[in-house]
Amino acid sequence: MNEQAVKEKENLIRIETPLTDDVCASLGAGDMVLLSGEIYTARDAAHRRMYDALTSGHALPFDLKRATIFYAAPAPTPVGRVIGSIGPTTSYRMDAFTPALIEHGLKGMIGKGNRSPEVIETIKQYKAVYFGAIGGIAALTARTVKRMELVAYRELGPEAIRKLTVADMPLVVVNDTRGGDLYARAQREWRILA
Amino acid sequence: MEKKTSATLRRVSAKNITQAVKKLFIDANTKLGKDVLTALRAGLKKEESPLGRQVLTRIIENASFASKAQMPVCQDTGLAVLFIEAGQDVRVTGGDLRTAIEEGVKLAYRDGCLRKSLCDPLTRMNTGDNTPAIMHMDIVSGSQIRIIAMPKGGGSENMSRAAMLTPAAGLAGIRDFVLETVEKAGANPCPPIIVGLGIGGSLETACLLAKKALLRPVGRKNKKDRRLAKMEAQLLEDINALGIGPAGMGGRVTALAVHAEMMPCHIASLPVAVNIQCHAARHAEVVL
Repeated sequence: MNEQAVKEKENLIRIETPLTDDVCASLGAGDMVLLSGEIYTARDAAHRRMYDALTSGHALPFDLKRATIFYAAPAPTPVGRVIGSIGPTTSYRMDAFTPALIEHGLKGMIGKGNRSPEVIETIKQYKAVYFGAIGGIAALTARTVKRMELVAYRELGPEAIRKLTVADMPLVVVNDTRGGDLYARAQREWRILA
Repeated sequence: MEKKTSATLRRVSAKNITQAVKKLFIDANTKLGKDVLTALRAGLKKEESPLGRQVLTRIIENASFASKAQMPVCQDTGLAVLFIEAGQDVRVTGGDLRTAIEEGVKLAYRDGCLRKSLCDPLTRMNTGDNTPAIMHMDIVSGSQIRIIAMPKGGGSENMSRAAMLTPAAGLAGIRDFVLETVEKAGANPCPPIIVGLGIGGSLETACLLAKKALLRPVGRKNKKDRRLAKMEAQLLEDINALGIGPAGMGGRVTALAVHAEMMPCHIASLPVAVNIQCHAARHAEVVL
């Protein structure tokens, strides 16, 4: 391992789900973490259904309290593997539903791309955290998934809700409890176009 | 007369077309092209941001692992977009061309562990087999069929835009539109991206030109029109000065290439389309 790689390894923060207020508050935008524990996949269609269930007083397919959602729908599982290729989908499409989910206990979100001001504000208010995963490295990401279980909405196919048990999934904190925003910071530091 | 014509027709069986299309989509989804890998490695050398370098390193590592494991490079194995050039002296036997291609797509997505990503626009129910495929069919001279498969991800397609600019907007208007599109897209389309730029024609041909531009090997400049080659180089420099960087986490490499295509347009119009492609720029082709 070269010096750079050793330094990067030392900078990694190991965290586990379910996330607590303290853990969320300790994370800052730009922190590189390795996440382990149970997380749930849910994206567009599953969010619409969960939101409708919440607003009409119906039960959710899983307990949102301290839960972490991965905005993802995996490719089919090849023979002999736990899961097929999996990676983040773009998060803004979940923004309309997210504040309600956070108010009901959701702590962690894994996706890619900017969130709305409302989501960023709710993250601050409820001590949640939004992680960025790298898009387009789905074969590598699949290796961090140790177990997969169908939870709900089977008829949605790839968009069904699945419970994943992950080990050391590499993520970067994008939005933290203090209003820190990795993408905004990246712009301030790297933009040179007048 | 009729007999003479049929004697010059070359026969290609629908079955062969189906098998070829199946292989194209599995190959395209599991093996990233050499052109893309070369561009990514060049990007890694250029990238100054430590986080950006790490992202690029992981992307390259993923391509190598996906190929070895026969797994899709990205879970979004896309809409099945195809460009087909059918020679007018070819006769498809044992079925029709469209059905043969559609069958190939179904088999690839069923047997290749590729995700089915198509749904009804209103009910959002999955169609179950990743069809209908999106086919752009051309009749050309000759007795061969050329098929290009281009699995196209939703995240980058969502960040693509078209506009009917005024002729007065000119080159500066095109530049502003491209930069605004890339800037608004930010981290969403999985940078480093490839920008397909279509100029001219009508609304739909501008979009088609932009998509066709993405089929060029990554970084190969427009060889037909020097003005476009110059525009590509300038836009690439400007886009990389936006600082979005790999995965949008900041850096020098926001785009790997800009590819522009152009055709004449109406005297009243300046149609422009930007088709954004993520770094998993997948395409594969076969000639039958």
